[in-house]
Amino acid sequence: MKTLIRNVRPYGEDATDLVVEDGLLVRDGTDPDETVDADGLVALPGLVDLHTHLREPGGEEAETVATGSAAAALGGYTAVFAMPNTNPTQDSPVVVEHVWRRGREVGLVDVHPVGAVTVGLGGEKLAEMGMMAASPAAVRMFSDDGRCVNDPLIMRRALEYARSLDALVAQHAEDHRLTVGAQAHEGPVAARLGLTGWPATAEESIVARDAMLAAAAGARLHVCHLSTAGSVGVLRWARETLDARPGFALSAEVTPHHLLLTDTAAEGYDPVHKVNPPLRPEADTLALRRALADGEIDCVATDHAPHAVEAKDCEWSVARPGMLGLQTALPVVALTMVRTGLLDWRGVARVTSEAPARIAGLPDQGRPLAVGEPANLTLVDPEATWTVRGAELASIAENTPYEGTDLPLSVVHTMLRGRWTVRDGKVAPREQ
Amino acid sequence: MPTRRRGGSGPGGTTNAEGERELLSSADLARTVARIAHEILEKTADSGAPVVLLGLPTRGIHLAQRLAERIEAIAAADGSGTTVAVGALDPTLYRDDLRLQPTRALEETEIPAGGIDDVTVVLVDDVLMSGRTVRAALDALRDHGRPRAVQLAVLVDRGHRELPIRADYVGKNVPTNRGEDVAVSLRESDGHDGVTLR
Amino acid sequence: MTAPDDGTPAPGAVGLRHLLSTEHLRRDQADALLATAENMEQALTGRAVRKLPTLRGRTIVTLFYENSTRTRVSFEVAGKWMSADTINVSASGSSVGKGESLRDTAATLAAAGADAVVVRHPASGAPHRIAGWLDGVGHSHTDGHVAVVNAGDGTHEHPTQALLDAATLRKRLGPDLAGRRVAIVGDVLHSRVARSNAHLLATLGAEVTLVSPPTLLPIGVDAWPVAVTHDLDTHLATGPDAVMMLRVQAERMHGGFFPSAREYAVRFGLSQRRADTLPDHAVVLHPGPAVRGMEIASAVADSDRAAIAEQVTAGVHVRMAVLYHLLAGEDVA
Repeated sequence: MKTLIRNVRPYGEDATDLVVEDGLLVRDGTDPDETVDADGLVALPGLVDLHTHLREPGGEEAETVATGSAAAALGGYTAVFAMPNTNPTQDSPVVVEHVWRRGREVGLVDVHPVGAVTVGLGGEKLAEMGMMAASPAAVRMFSDDGRCVNDPLIMRRALEYARSLDALVAQHAEDHRLTVGAQAHEGPVAARLGLTGWPATAEESIVARDAMLAAAAGARLHVCHLSTAGSVGVLRWARETLDARPGFALSAEVTPHHLLLTDTAAEGYDPVHKVNPPLRPEADTLALRRALADGEIDCVATDHAPHAVEAKDCEWSVARPGMLGLQTALPVVALTMVRTGLLDWRGVARVTSEAPARIAGLPDQGRPLAVGEPANLTLVDPEATWTVRGAELASIAENTPYEGTDLPLSVVHTMLRGRWTVRDGKVAPREQ
Repeated sequence: MPTRRRGGSGPGGTTNAEGERELLSSADLARTVARIAHEILEKTADSGAPVVLLGLPTRGIHLAQRLAERIEAIAAADGSGTTVAVGALDPTLYRDDLRLQPTRALEETEIPAGGIDDVTVVLVDDVLMSGRTVRAALDALRDHGRPRAVQLAVLVDRGHRELPIRADYVGKNVPTNRGEDVAVSLRESDGHDGVTLR
Repeated sequence: MTAPDDGTPAPGAVGLRHLLSTEHLRRDQADALLATAENMEQALTGRAVRKLPTLRGRTIVTLFYENSTRTRVSFEVAGKWMSADTINVSASGSSVGKGESLRDTAATLAAAGADAVVVRHPASGAPHRIAGWLDGVGHSHTDGHVAVVNAGDGTHEHPTQALLDAATLRKRLGPDLAGRRVAIVGDVLHSRVARSNAHLLATLGAEVTLVSPPTLLPIGVDAWPVAVTHDLDTHLATGPDAVMMLRVQAERMHGGFFPSAREYAVRFGLSQRRADTLPDHAVVLHPGPAVRGMEIASAVADSDRAAIAEQVTAGVHVRMAVLYHLLAGEDVA
């Protein structure tokens, strides 16, 4: 099977042809089996999401591996990391292997289960990290996401232990003692609305603590959904000043919604805007954009968090935090980073594909668009505009904060190892 | 209501440029109030019951006040020394048409200290038309007490009654069309006295 | 009436669909509500029959997810005095856990014919949610509109409490509160009364000062139209026209917000000594029920300075005014 993609602009640069054969990019475009006219489309390496909630097992009323994979492919992703707060928790080899196998069966995107750091996300007893690493799922990222590994001793042990597995600990940075009952960013908006505040310091203090623990352990620490300007400053300080053992690596992700939305979204109390960490003031969103452009924040991760309607159609304080993200991530990045001139398309490829693949240690993702490389591609129309409708997204849940909003950029085609997973904006069924 | 520009010079006067016709001049209005004051004195003298004038907001309150002053002046002149109590009664909460329009603002209600039991209440309003305001006022009165008698005084009766209600004292009967507007101006609220039709 | 009605809103009509907060209440709306409350009192003063026919045939449901006898009774009396049918629904916290969602409950009440739902709920914003849901669906049973009144939501607002406090202050200090200086003392952080009062009093032109330990002030309070101090004695020495004491709920005493009830009373309680330093005309308000001895000395609460009983009376008139403006006229489009 040879595919010729004509007149495509790799990284938004000069138009050229890309040729795919047997899952790889090749040079010789003669005599193709299929030809795709990609006039005006920009080619990027397939996107990699370090932070997705696929909800299976246990939350199938909101999302499944199948629907989440479809949403990922439609969003331009070729690999996603599925967070472990499932039911049962992804804290054992059996559960992570199940999720991994479901991902393979669906086949629209590489699904990499993230293992829990502690049993049941309880924060007290380390999960069987080594056995999850040794399972067919080959888990290399561990996180209690949704909960912080709050106990410094447990976090220290987790970092030390993960080091021996060449694995990464991804921390949901939130000092739970500082966020008891917290509902929204602690500031004037929450004060006025009578919502208990989620202070920036609850995140920043954990980022600082964990950076010190990881440096001392020579471990790899990844900060999930970093959300404040102060946390960016802590990262800078840690990278510049910490005296680290060999092996120390510090990385951080930011979500699309923290690049775009602000805490004022809570006005009106519609919990579709409730997320953890909460939406922050505009000054933070602007600082996060700059940090992403400068490389201080390594990558974008969606924190795609589907919730059934009853988890959102209720009082703000009762609602579950989280919002859909897979199909709106790249458009929001285009809106906040490209249209503002902060990133070019090479930069977009860096923060949505290359950096997350590097952080997670995926050898065949986030590779250059070059001959001999794996054909993981997304082709996007940067000039398109579309109106977000939760009901039209591939996820079972509809909790998008962008309902009715016009976003730029549409994902037209996605290719996973030489096979189209999305053609013309629709999921391409796998050939039998 | 907006203050109306004064039209012609006399009763039944000419129509001015804005299509307003003067029904009562300032002097007419004063004479009319004086006449009604006399009539109230005459008509209530026999009963022996005290008289309480209750104005319906807002111009009825001013008229009630003027009537009370006139009555007391007349009584002082003939040596009887009669005094009348004056108050205000807002019937809005008793209206039957509340739901037909945006919520109305409430007005002042002030029942004289002696109450209204066993007195002759004279309700005072500026213009009598459908009678619905008066009906609401009668309902309101019932919750405030039991007067010996209730009478009604109006400056203008313009017809178009929708209820079996009749005024005991009428300043001027004015046949009107429904679409016309009888505008009463009083010094207290509008800066000058007069009644016009437009 | 000097003219047939021409469809223009009567002066003083407030044009509210719901009463969810004081923050978004305009000056003219607040003035109209307070004026109506005074007219309600006039209309009822000195009469044998305290019953007005105004809301006959209208149905008011009080939906209380938190116990509050005084607020519920006040709304119920207000409705009954205007001849509305009032129905009390007490939904305990446990019934929330049992499954019926707030949305389903609200929809049920609307479908059953409620014209107004008076909501008290422990979650900030719950009345906003109900108003949004009920505005979004038609109800053939009613004329299409169900008015929602916030009777206290979480730590957000309690607008009728602020209106009754303002009504009480107008009685004591005169109808114009512009330039009047009001101290609000105590647990501002968790107080919906403080939020509603801060906004309403500022709208009415009063100068509000919050007096509270830093731990009981919300981060972001500097954006409110108020001044802030942590020193009660220094502030009282400036001679405020009114002092509004807030409740300190028992659970706060153990939440580490301040060292002890004793220290709180010493630093922020309105003792007799402190009350004696106030100007003669100054009013003391408390939303009740007061923790005597800690928040306010018994002698102060029982003194002529305290307007606590007047607040309760004003509460009925204010709630009558609110229900009147929401329910008496035609439905606001």
